[in-house]
Amino acid sequence: MAAGSEIVIIKNVTKSYRRGNQIVPVLEDISFTIQSGEFIALMGPSGSGKSTLLNLIAGIDKVDSGSIIIGGCEITTLSETELARWRAVNVGFVFQFYNLIPVLTAYENVELPLLLTRLSRRERRDHVEAALEMVNLADRMDHRPSQLSGGQQQRVAIARAIVTDPAILVADEPTGDLDRVSAGEILSLMDHLVQDFDKTIIMVTHDPRAAEKAHIIRHLEKGLLTDR
Amino acid sequence: MFMLKYILRNAFRHKLRALLTVTGVAIAILAFGLLRTLVGLWYLGVESSSSTRLVSRNAISLVFSLPISYKERIRQIPGVTKAGAMNWFGGIYISEKNFFPNFAIEPQAFLDLYPEFLLSPEEQKGFLLDRQGAVVGQKLANTHGWKLGDRVILKGTIFPGQWEFVIRGIYRGAQRSTDETQFFFNWDYLNESLRRTIPRRADQAGIYIVGVANPEKAAEVAQAIDASFKNSLAETMTETEKAFQLSFVAMTEAIMIAIKIVSYVVIVIIMVVAANTMAMTARERISEYATMKTLGFQWHHIAAAVFGESLFIAIFGGIVGIVGTFPAALFIEKELSQFFPTFQVTTTTTVLQLSAAILVGATASIFPTWRAATIRIAVGLRRIG
Repeated sequence: MAAGSEIVIIKNVTKSYRRGNQIVPVLEDISFTIQSGEFIALMGPSGSGKSTLLNLIAGIDKVDSGSIIIGGCEITTLSETELARWRAVNVGFVFQFYNLIPVLTAYENVELPLLLTRLSRRERRDHVEAALEMVNLADRMDHRPSQLSGGQQQRVAIARAIVTDPAILVADEPTGDLDRVSAGEILSLMDHLVQDFDKTIIMVTHDPRAAEKAHIIRHLEKGLLTDR
Repeated sequence: MFMLKYILRNAFRHKLRALLTVTGVAIAILAFGLLRTLVGLWYLGVESSSSTRLVSRNAISLVFSLPISYKERIRQIPGVTKAGAMNWFGGIYISEKNFFPNFAIEPQAFLDLYPEFLLSPEEQKGFLLDRQGAVVGQKLANTHGWKLGDRVILKGTIFPGQWEFVIRGIYRGAQRSTDETQFFFNWDYLNESLRRTIPRRADQAGIYIVGVANPEKAAEVAQAIDASFKNSLAETMTETEKAFQLSFVAMTEAIMIAIKIVSYVVIVIIMVVAANTMAMTARERISEYATMKTLGFQWHHIAAAVFGESLFIAIFGGIVGIVGTFPAALFIEKELSQFFPTFQVTTTTTVLQLSAAILVGATASIFPTWRAATIRIAVGLRRIG
């Protein structure tokens, strides 16, 4: 995907949740695009729908109406199985609480997405080592998450997100559980991925300092984009 | 390979919980195995009965005897090779808690009809020549510390008095399942004493053990024996040794059914406990499964992880239980030999134990597997923080 082309196209997306007998609207008629190689921050108060929007873009939740086209693929028409395959190839995920598997080492955590590919053991090793090198954790590959600091765990999570070389990274409050120094390191790393590897990053954050690193900041409030 | 590693590591993630679950399954499988062995033992007499032996008893009831004169008439029936009188003696050694089966038998007929009781030629000769001679099983001899030449006194209950015997033989079973806790003595010793003390009870056999030349014609021979004594004062009822043993088993069938039910209840209880453990485990890891789904893993990967973990824990516990069954059975056989002549765990029991463990693992995982496999990613991820 050439830098500058539209990698994410969101058209008239609506999403609501059912709470008991009530239907609670979360997103209402959201439309916008994201260019390839952009670092975009989604901001807004709690309950504004930013995480829901991120989940929809990442293909882990379904829209009520509207469409989302990512890299030319309309993911809103895909089945669960097709979405799972699509996510494995096209999207990297970074979560607030890292979401590493506690019983696996850093190496094994990073290797996880590659297990769904047809790469040989040797090829997987090369990819994992390269990803861990990139996040400066090659010397900690045999450590389990409980043996790593929060910042290190998040760097392992980033290595896991980039190991399949996806075009898009989605990050939900990636610095939300980190101290200032670690948060700075994570943001620098994300910036590095955009600048030097042309990754497109969509980040949900409450933190204005984190948002400053983004090229574009989008604000959501009560399910509506407020900065069209 | 990854899935196996993931299952193994998850299984011991909470060491105490895993240990308690494995222990629970192991104890349940062990108890199941011992109960099944006990049920099998009940039919041991039936299984170890010979197809070449018939038992003739009084047609009215086992408590009524048959005249000793019947022996020669039975012997003359075509197809009969041997016939020997046998009486349940019911003697007590020192105290009632030392119970063991004791019978008056005709030595030569006994030696000919029961080849599974192994005695040396010297012991056989000693038994045949001594009116007060007795032959005892190895386990019984071990229990009471008896050796050849020892004098043993039994207190008669059916036949009153103090009865003194000399141990002339200690038999071993030809098979491991052969009962080695029995006591046999010379029928003539009993009969001659009765002639002196209670003449009206002399010359009576409790039952006749009848040897047949051809097991396939056992039914015909049995009919011929009963026909010979038709319309006599003591009509006979002749049946195979197996049928005779089964009639005893039938008397206690209800107890066996109860034990069988208890053995199944044990399995159901551990199934519920294991299901609860697996449900807790899966609930705690919902966010982890959601993360894996996010990365591209599909419902069947998650189902395999939960199902595999449950199955692994149950099979591991099951194997521990199966391995533990053998020393436990040996202990029971040794310490409770007066109640259980043998306590042998069969291959069938082991297969049943393993099947029960697999069933526990599979059943316990149904709900957690379904829950983990079908959780929506967005819902699962929300469980964090």
